[in-house]
Amino acid sequence: MANPQDIQRRIKAAKNIKQITRAMQFVAASKLRRAQDSTLAARPYSEKIDEVLADVAAVLGSEDHPLLADPTGSKRLIVLITTDRGLAGPLNTNTIRYVAREIVEHPGEMAIVTVGRKGRDAMRRTHVPIEAHFAGFGDKPTFADVLPLARLITEDFLSGDYGRIDLVYSRFISTLAQKPVMVQLLPIQPSPDTEGIPGNQFIFEPSPAAVLEQLLPRYVATRLFQAVLEGRASEESSRMVAMKNATENAGELIDDLTLAYNKVRQSNITREMIEIATGARAR
Amino acid sequence: MPIQLEIVTPERLAYSDTVDSVQLPGSEGEMGVLPHHAPLLATLGVGELRIRKGGEEEAFAIVGGFVQVRPNKVVVMAETADMASEIDLERAREARREAERALESGFHEGADLAAARAALQTALLRIRIAERRHHEGARRRV
Repeated sequence: MANPQDIQRRIKAAKNIKQITRAMQFVAASKLRRAQDSTLAARPYSEKIDEVLADVAAVLGSEDHPLLADPTGSKRLIVLITTDRGLAGPLNTNTIRYVAREIVEHPGEMAIVTVGRKGRDAMRRTHVPIEAHFAGFGDKPTFADVLPLARLITEDFLSGDYGRIDLVYSRFISTLAQKPVMVQLLPIQPSPDTEGIPGNQFIFEPSPAAVLEQLLPRYVATRLFQAVLEGRASEESSRMVAMKNATENAGELIDDLTLAYNKVRQSNITREMIEIATGARAR
Repeated sequence: MPIQLEIVTPERLAYSDTVDSVQLPGSEGEMGVLPHHAPLLATLGVGELRIRKGGEEEAFAIVGGFVQVRPNKVVVMAETADMASEIDLERAREARREAERALESGFHEGADLAAARAALQTALLRIRIAERRHHEGARRRV
């Protein structure tokens, strides 16, 4: 059997790990609350923008703005949102696997824009070119953070470089469930105008086209912002669960090792006693 | 009959209450909204949004966006919306100095220049609204 010093060293290591994973679990839990709050806080705006877009789209056709129009290019761009940091359970693996499947199933000319270091690291190992990379939106992403990204992909689409732009991110369903999803970002597909007053009853100021002109870039940015926020909430909840499991596993490991250590210690004592007893009888 | 007013920004719901009237900085000029207004969708500029409720008045510094008006509901979708009482005057002054420095350094063109001008405009607006609020508050106390 192993030597007691070795076992003790392993117990100590496991205890250290347990301390760290437990701390990470609690940090993730408090960050999760903040991330969830900001995701919820951002929802009214994004719902409203959808509604207004539907109103405008009811009046104008897809030929009235290039962001709504059928694409001129055939190339595809995928915006992949992952995390900067690891130790978040299977979250990034799932999202990246989802993208990989999408790439294999729909071959063709395409490029990737990555948000988050983990996605970039994974995509580097594929044949798909990375057009741009964004990192460091931090723990609390702001709307201003996503604007450069929104501008970049809008310009890419308008210049005709890409015919379709998709967004892949991890949707936050609950603390225990996150799911990778893909939504088409451009060309924009307005939802049907079913809410409230039909679009054709509105007075537009200065004009429907002018409202649309202002609306579309914001719509793209809002979609991105929402995805980034959901990604954040997914990250912290996934990390929290992963660290909780790690803490429990470390606890089990400590128990097993302690048992093994006690067994070794017991048998050593027994052996010594036998030795003493035999020594005494021999005298 | 009062109007239901909501002010939303990409990051939060900034205001939600029933009010008597709203005055908005439309991109084509100031506009006032009273109950039973015709359905309207308009773009907003940078300016001051004023709410009248009971005998009281509340002001917001609004930057860009849209307003959707329905007969009994007004929804303002602004880039940023800061309530007068929440504006940090010191920070706004700092932002103004920064924007002025950026403009004076003269190394800007295109998007940079536009961004610096917009920052200056926003800072000036916030300072104006916050200072007026300050004065009014002081007067009320006397």
